[in-house]
Amino acid sequence: MEIPQAKKMEMLRSLLLARRFEESLTELCKIEGKIPGMMILCTGQEAVGAGVCAALQPEDSIITNHRSHSHLLAKGADPRTLMAEIFCKRTGCNKGKSGTLHLAVPEVNAPCTTTVVGGGPPIAVGRAFAQQYRRERSVTVCFVGDGATNEGSFHEAMNLASLWNLPVIFVCENNLYAGAQRHEEHTKVKNIADRAAGYAMPGVVVDGNDALAVYASALDARTRALAGEGPTLIEYKTYRWRGHGESDPQLYQPKEEIAVWQAACPIPKLRGDMLIQGLISADELHALEKKIDAVVQDAIRFAEESPYPEPHEALEDVFA
Amino acid sequence: MQQLGMGQAVNQALREEMTRDPDVFVAGEGVGVSIHDNPMFPTAGLLEAFGAGRIKDTPVSEAAIAGLAVGASEAGLKPVVEIMFNPFFTLASDMIVNHAAKLRYLSGGKSSFPLVVRMKSGAGIGAGCQHSHNLEAWVAHCPGLKVVMPGTPADAKGLLKSAIRDPNPVIFIEDMLLYFVPGPVPEEEYLIPIGPADIKRPGKDVTVVTWSKMLGVALKAAAQLAQEGIDVEIVDLRTLVPLDKETILNSVRKTGRLVVLHEATRTGGFAGEVAAVVMEAAFDSLKAPLRRVTGPDIPVPASPPLERFYIPDEQQLIAAVKEIL
Ligand SMILES: Cc1ncc(C[n+]2csc(CCOP(=O)(O)OP(=O)(O)O)c2C)c(N)n1
Repeated sequence: MEIPQAKKMEMLRSLLLARRFEESLTELCKIEGKIPGMMILCTGQEAVGAGVCAALQPEDSIITNHRSHSHLLAKGADPRTLMAEIFCKRTGCNKGKSGTLHLAVPEVNAPCTTTVVGGGPPIAVGRAFAQQYRRERSVTVCFVGDGATNEGSFHEAMNLASLWNLPVIFVCENNLYAGAQRHEEHTKVKNIADRAAGYAMPGVVVDGNDALAVYASALDARTRALAGEGPTLIEYKTYRWRGHGESDPQLYQPKEEIAVWQAACPIPKLRGDMLIQGLISADELHALEKKIDAVVQDAIRFAEESPYPEPHEALEDVFA
Repeated sequence: MQQLGMGQAVNQALREEMTRDPDVFVAGEGVGVSIHDNPMFPTAGLLEAFGAGRIKDTPVSEAAIAGLAVGASEAGLKPVVEIMFNPFFTLASDMIVNHAAKLRYLSGGKSSFPLVVRMKSGAGIGAGCQHSHNLEAWVAHCPGLKVVMPGTPADAKGLLKSAIRDPNPVIFIEDMLLYFVPGPVPEEEYLIPIGPADIKRPGKDVTVVTWSKMLGVALKAAAQLAQEGIDVEIVDLRTLVPLDKETILNSVRKTGRLVVLHEATRTGGFAGEVAAVVMEAAFDSLKAPLRRVTGPDIPVPASPPLERFYIPDEQQLIAAVKEIL
């Protein structure tokens, strides 16, 4: 498949943005009192969000999970209001109700982010049903981790989506761990994609650190879904560089394993390809990196300078 | 006396019961190998002490975890399973509500299900409403489940040991912030029976009925009120089901005034049940309308000022007490 240059640029930008955004969070959340609650990052896995979202159109939807930052940024969420929400500020995209864990950005068709593991797939089925019902030419992507595929809800959703030929793409971001458990400690099948067979759905395994391969596979699945051929399960093999959350000392992750996967970082891979093919010059790359750094710094400044919500605002937004 | 957080007290109870009874086993997400390296947490070190045969790390599968407890308990084992955060009870709820709670009854009393489900609960962790949602009133509403919600490390230890020995399903709810509040725990072995409430502070002017983390709020408020000459009696329920109506009623008959304090949301909260018990049996003793101090009817928000707004505090309790004096 010939991937247009503009798409490659879009993916490179998404990769760099997510990485910079989250590297900043790693530092910021070390500062006492700066960011409340948990901090769950996808550092090293950004090619999945970047590649999948590059294959989508604005009218397509994503339903994501606790490790959502790169998905949302790649889908076009505003880094400023996202950052402000992570800081739990009033100007955040969810007015401080969510914090980092359940960022909802309906403006870019990312209406529900759930941190209940396995909560996403049935919702994605509902979203896709609405798309089919209204004969829209759009699809819904559901991002789940490998661990989430052990929740019953995942299997019920897979079956229903397949039965009704719904335009869903189940994206399993297999970062080799679910909490402290390595893949083989929580799941007997080697490939999560094998689970698709039980629902007469195609299941494919793709290198999740290769943004171009991610893009191509997601585009295939989207084409199938739009043709009325139903859902696809795509398993992207990738790796969680950080702990489950930033407070996790990663005692169970071998250092050598982390090093191997850091060597397979998705950024140099795409960047190198683009430099070699002359799609971007070293100067342009440098300028892009500077621009992204400015976007992230601006988002942090915006978040820091924003006020917290007033206490009584807690009472708002329960009912429509 | 040793000073322990509630997590450490739970840990001791688990160790003692596992040592006493080879049929006791522990299962749940991260109960063995964990993303936390913190000795204050309830399951710290259990894997090293008891091995992978008895400390079962499970996949992220709450329905299977709860079902494991149901099936294994009827077969004679004594499962102690963990639901990582109270809101994830919903995923385990069919096994607990429709099965653990009902199967003995359905068998005409022939089968029994001696299991414990430990759930970590409470607001104040900054994680928002999918991690913080106190659901004790939900489980208390299901006949067939005992519901325990301790407020001190010593109570947690003694009650958990009783829960493990109880022939019925017991839901044991631990507030996570209490893991980091040390309190005295007796060195020698002891049990605290499931059922009796505990008067944590005797007083004559007003009764405050509470449980779990809100016990600390009540004690602080009572200390402040004492300086103003107001003498608060604090009844720590410790167990919601079975409910110690006698202790509640005796206290209200003595003071003539009642405030019920809990962190869970208001509508349908367990304060309503306590209030109804008092209205039915001690209406004539009340010198003033009773008051409820509870979380407002909203999901727990993540942002610190919003979350603080959610959690009932001393000032709210003091205001409620003064309203009815
Ligand atoms: C229903 C439910 N159970 C448990 C948790 C706690 N928890 C949060 S993330 C996680 C691991 C999920 O693993 P995976 O699906 O592989 O996603 P990853 O974290 O690796 O991205 C667990 C157990 C939860 N949030 N929801």
